[in-house]
Amino acid sequence: MGLSGLEIYKLLPKTNCKECGFPTCLAFAMKLAAKQAELSACPYVSDEAKAALEAASAPPIRLVTIGTGENKVEVGNETVLFRHEKTFYHPPGLFVRLKDTLSMAEFESAVDQVGAYSVERVGIELRPDGLAIENASGDAATFGQYVAAARAKTDQPLVLIASDPTAMAAALEKTDGSAPLIYAATADNWEAMAELAAKHKAPLALKNDGDLSALASIVEQVKGAGVEDLILDPGVRDKHDSLVALTHLRRLALKSSFRLLGYPTIVFTGEGTDSQAEEATVAAQHIAKYAGIIVLDHFDPATMYPLLTLRLNIYTDPQKPIQVSPGLYEISEPQPDSPLLVTTNFSLTYFSVAGEVEGSGRPTWLLVVDSEGMSVLTGWAAGKFDAEKIAKSVQQYDVPSKINHKKVVIPGLVSTISGELEEELPGWEILVGPREAIHIPAYLKTW
Amino acid sequence: MPVTVNVPKEKWAGKVREVTLGATTDAGGTRKKTVTVGGESTLPFLTFEGEMPNPPVIAIEIQDRYPDDWSELLLTAWDGVVNNAAEWAQKAEEYGADIVALKLQSAHTEGDNTSAAHAIDTVKAVLKATGLPLIVYGPGQPEKDNEVLVAVAEAAKGERIALGNCEDKNYRTIVAAALAHDQLVVAKTPIDVNLAKQLNILISDMRLDLDRILMDPTTGALGYGLEYSYSVMERLRLAALTGDSMTQQPMICTVGEEAWRAKESKVNEGVPAAWGDWAKRSANWEVITATTLIHSGADIVVLRHPDSIKLVRQTIDDLMVQ
Repeated sequence: MGLSGLEIYKLLPKTNCKECGFPTCLAFAMKLAAKQAELSACPYVSDEAKAALEAASAPPIRLVTIGTGENKVEVGNETVLFRHEKTFYHPPGLFVRLKDTLSMAEFESAVDQVGAYSVERVGIELRPDGLAIENASGDAATFGQYVAAARAKTDQPLVLIASDPTAMAAALEKTDGSAPLIYAATADNWEAMAELAAKHKAPLALKNDGDLSALASIVEQVKGAGVEDLILDPGVRDKHDSLVALTHLRRLALKSSFRLLGYPTIVFTGEGTDSQAEEATVAAQHIAKYAGIIVLDHFDPATMYPLLTLRLNIYTDPQKPIQVSPGLYEISEPQPDSPLLVTTNFSLTYFSVAGEVEGSGRPTWLLVVDSEGMSVLTGWAAGKFDAEKIAKSVQQYDVPSKINHKKVVIPGLVSTISGELEEELPGWEILVGPREAIHIPAYLKTW
Repeated sequence: MPVTVNVPKEKWAGKVREVTLGATTDAGGTRKKTVTVGGESTLPFLTFEGEMPNPPVIAIEIQDRYPDDWSELLLTAWDGVVNNAAEWAQKAEEYGADIVALKLQSAHTEGDNTSAAHAIDTVKAVLKATGLPLIVYGPGQPEKDNEVLVAVAEAAKGERIALGNCEDKNYRTIVAAALAHDQLVVAKTPIDVNLAKQLNILISDMRLDLDRILMDPTTGALGYGLEYSYSVMERLRLAALTGDSMTQQPMICTVGEEAWRAKESKVNEGVPAAWGDWAKRSANWEVITATTLIHSGADIVVLRHPDSIKLVRQTIDDLMVQ
């Protein structure tokens, strides 16, 4: 959506004053188009040109921050419809909804539970992002009291849910500048809600009943009131309509450059579903397809862990596969006489091999070599998974002290390196394993 | 000031082929019903710009021997039928499966190493026990697969069963058997768009009609490579819709097998407390893997747990609402 060099040139003073450091305005424009220069280098650029250039260089989906400090959540700024086209950048925030009609004790214990939850996967710590507190009581003072109680217990970002601006104002007074998401401004209350968003420098969600044109109209009004950090709720709740609405919004922003709807979205997976298990399927749908914020009505580790795992999967950069840490892995409590297998640290290779070994039930040592995230054949071709590397890893991870034999099984795909490996590991027997992970269980039975 | 939003619509040039599994008595088989998959001229469920004539369907995986490597949770759920493929198939039909996916595990050379004649008996018994269309998998060893699947293809002539897996190594024999006895094949390739396309080309070069090929681009479970399957399937489906003929096959995903292999589903000993309740977690593992792949274009999901059928069906039904 950026402007070309010539389009930028037309907006510049065309005086060739050289103060920007470039010989001509045209040269400067070309550098700007290539993002190798900053517009601020031109002291004479008009405000009008500045606005036009900034608008053109703004991302098609605005990056919106909820919360402050190290727990803040950033959503939006996505550039593609399909992750394979580049990558998805900002994983959807997972929030758990609590109502101010719970007893204070129940409420506080739920706040603690969500705040304390954390789970590790492939060396990464995964956590839900925050809480959505709803003014179900209808009472402004109660809402304020519950929000204050949550703030006293957690630094996680909050979503404040209330349709009455008075209740919202009461809650915002208790959030001391922590930029919670205000949910939501509608056609009826947007002026008051926008005023609160501006006053508290908080992002604002806009809700409509399914009509995208009407939603865009509210966006225009709210932007006119000076509030820019917006989140959209297209207002549909069933699975099909939500998929369609979020697809439309993503396409409008990316393909039609429709700026009024170029904002992240929010979905409520508990609305329209009957059980925690069904809610999880809707959350999964929205992790894959285009949600910015997902508000869950259930909190349960048995659901949260798979959803966090899915989010990690979908938001993995396809060009930078996740690597597992190299090292000597113990599978099914291996003994000194258990077999020693070698593989690479490309996550998919590792998971295939480790999964098969685990499935076989045979205690096994698995030496994972640092192939810089490459698979067996690619790593071998690139010199990242060769005899020297394997021999080095055997020493580095102290393999000889763990086992009482000198046999190492290499992947069948790199059988050609067995000669070299014999030279690198004198006295060792090099065995060639199967070419595919799926044949490992059968191979291990022959051990 | 009113704003008018014109939603962008894609104009797709291509369409996924329709493939029908099973044959009723009028068509020379004995199935009570047939199942047709594919036919999409739009991305999954985006029916505002194209058609999705057939919903994704659910196959239930059963085996012809006691699956001693399966999770205790599965064995309990299928209690009483896991020793008998015919009873198991009947139960799967009762629980609402659209298709029975029978794996001839007992033929595995390192296991019971049962014969082709045994495979024929099993398939006949299963066909008798259920009126659903059948997918029959060999034990996953190319040579033994050839042996049992050729025999099964002949014995089930007229039933329009799908033979799997038809891979790079053994496609010739399996395709020849499908040609000779009017069956379908499941063409399986390892998570790669070009390999999937290549195998479809090789198979169609042998003159098997394209409406007899299901493609299995290989399933990675949640947390175990799901994102690779997801993206390869999206790419295959986009290629199909833009008119690349050799990618226009319906896709099948072996969700149950992969999801229940994950440590998260399989066991509950020595796992972190943060993983939560075992039964709920493992159910989520299978259902979320299935849901995600349905959104990337799966036409058939092969599941293992009976309770997953209801949830995945609910998802499909709700997404098919226009």
